[in-house]
Amino acid sequence: MEIIIALSIGVLTASGVWLLLRPRTFQVIIGLSLLSYAVNLFIFGMGRLRSGAAPVLTDSSGDLATFADPLPQALVLTAIVIGFATTALFLVVLLAARGLSGTDHVDGREPKP
Amino acid sequence: MTAWTEHLAIAPVILPLFTGAAMLMLNERRHSLKATINLVSTLLLTLIALILLREADAAPAGTAAASVYLLADWPAPFGIVLVVDRLAAMMLVLSAVLGLAALIFSLARWHRAGSYFHPMFQFLLMGLNGAFLTGDLFNLFVFFEVLLAASYGLALHGVGSLRVKAGLHYIAINLAASLLFLIGVALIYGVTGTLNMADLVTRVPQLAAGDRVLLETGAAVLGIAFLTKAGMWPLCFWLPTTYAAAAAPVAALFAIMSKVGIYAVLRLWLLLFGADAGGSAFFGESWLLVGGLLTLSFGAIGMLASQDMARMAGYSVLVSSGTLLAAIGSGVPAATAPALFYMASSTLAIAAFFLLIELVERSRRAGADILAVTLEAFGGAEVEPEDDEAGVVIPATMALLGLSFLLCALLLAGLPPVSGFLAKFALVTALFNPTGLGGDGTISAVAWVLLAALLLSGLAAVIAMARAGVRAFWVPVGTTVPRVRVIEMLPVAGLLALCLTMTVAAGPVMSYMQDTAARLHAPAGYVDDVLSTPRTGGRLQEVGQ
Repeated sequence: MEIIIALSIGVLTASGVWLLLRPRTFQVIIGLSLLSYAVNLFIFGMGRLRSGAAPVLTDSSGDLATFADPLPQALVLTAIVIGFATTALFLVVLLAARGLSGTDHVDGREPKP
Repeated sequence: MTAWTEHLAIAPVILPLFTGAAMLMLNERRHSLKATINLVSTLLLTLIALILLREADAAPAGTAAASVYLLADWPAPFGIVLVVDRLAAMMLVLSAVLGLAALIFSLARWHRAGSYFHPMFQFLLMGLNGAFLTGDLFNLFVFFEVLLAASYGLALHGVGSLRVKAGLHYIAINLAASLLFLIGVALIYGVTGTLNMADLVTRVPQLAAGDRVLLETGAAVLGIAFLTKAGMWPLCFWLPTTYAAAAAPVAALFAIMSKVGIYAVLRLWLLLFGADAGGSAFFGESWLLVGGLLTLSFGAIGMLASQDMARMAGYSVLVSSGTLLAAIGSGVPAATAPALFYMASSTLAIAAFFLLIELVERSRRAGADILAVTLEAFGGAEVEPEDDEAGVVIPATMALLGLSFLLCALLLAGLPPVSGFLAKFALVTALFNPTGLGGDGTISAVAWVLLAALLLSGLAAVIAMARAGVRAFWVPVGTTVPRVRVIEMLPVAGLLALCLTMTVAAGPVMSYMQDTAARLHAPAGYVDDVLSTPRTGGRLQEVGQ
């Protein structure tokens, strides 16, 4: 499981960074989304990967070894919500820039050929 | 302590939140009602900040914080805490004062140049206050996002293609920086198992050597996020463009936003990597020093190179950030107090400069026409005539503007007799006598380099400001005297008067800063205060029994 998570974080980050550096605004926003997926997985991984373990204490034995860390899961949830909102906001600005400049280049004008 | 003052710590977050949310309900055309609500709320916020400052100043010697507020009454390392200490209280007052000035300035015309100015203004203040108050790393992220989201909207206020283009870059860079912020926080949590800043202080020295690498990686990634905000050299190219493109009152308010980055570095770095941090003590110090010096040089060169006054002001933000970072990274604890003094003085001066530029350039720039068009589009035109009668046109406008410009130049360049000079002088004194006056008398190479950088950047600022001043005031080719209203001149004069007050009352202000710095350098008091705060519920039960 570790290798799959690590690989997916790596692939998402690499694709995200590459797209972020591209000149079209749509590529930038997709890049940012991919990066935020990678970061969310990373936060999740920081709570240690454990399968079949509940994040809520169900019995009074209190043996923490059988439970997953609930905090990173809560953090991921917050990060997802905030990331979603800011991406939506960026989308609006992107559309405004497209409307004002007539091009989807990040600098607001086409590069000279 | 009575019941209501106990809850005062959360008021700087809740008040702007409710005011902003309430104003969302109002119709977009009710400008004057919204302006009144916003003004009352910001005045109230200033008052609260001043009360908190007084409380923090009166905190007994053994403690670091005036009050620790447990949110939802969860005990300290588990729940989120708000900590009002001297540094936080000082930043609260600074942001409230800037907010007040920017708001009064915007009431003349800017607040009608687009929608939702007032709610976003309040949300920005909420994010700023929250970021200064919180004692929890992830909560800091949340407040950063709140203030950034509001700043995205404000940066675009008044629209125009230049603003949208600069805003696009600004948002993209800050979204990327936020992701780095999350990676840093997650790494630190993964290693230490806590997000509470006070709890982190106790756990950092106990880490195993292998985990220490991970912690330092996390802190470095987190630092990049903060330094992007503060505008350290390779991460700062977005800053002058965005600040220059933003509307004047918004740019003035943004002057404190780069200081949020500095604040976070100062607070977290001294807490986590102070002298007591075991193997990680002073991690990254030379990065701060070198980065600060590079930022300082870049900002000074940028000031010389810019033709436009607004861009020049943007670069002066970088000069201020660079000076602060270099002072923090200089490795001299005595330099922290002058750095804090410099931070307050330069933030006020830069904000006043941003406001002033709009007034000076009003007669020359084509931007005024664009503003008129947007005002029409948003229905400002019908209110305009009545407004003209209300505003009083100042006589001898140019003389007043010129005088303010001169003061701004003195403050930014750090020339005597104003507070900018006092701050730099105190900073150099601290660097040359790290152990206090009458020390062993050897002066480190770092101190010489920093002295040279400070003097040269001051020289660059003088040249740039003098050139801009000559062009604006002494070569009036075909310009008309700009129409300036009293409520536009008032905030500029107020901010400059505050700087002058800081000059006259330098003694008490500096002793406050020295006390602040002493407590920042001894994080044990902060940790004790936060972790030993009793729950209110527990106390109530005891009383009931």
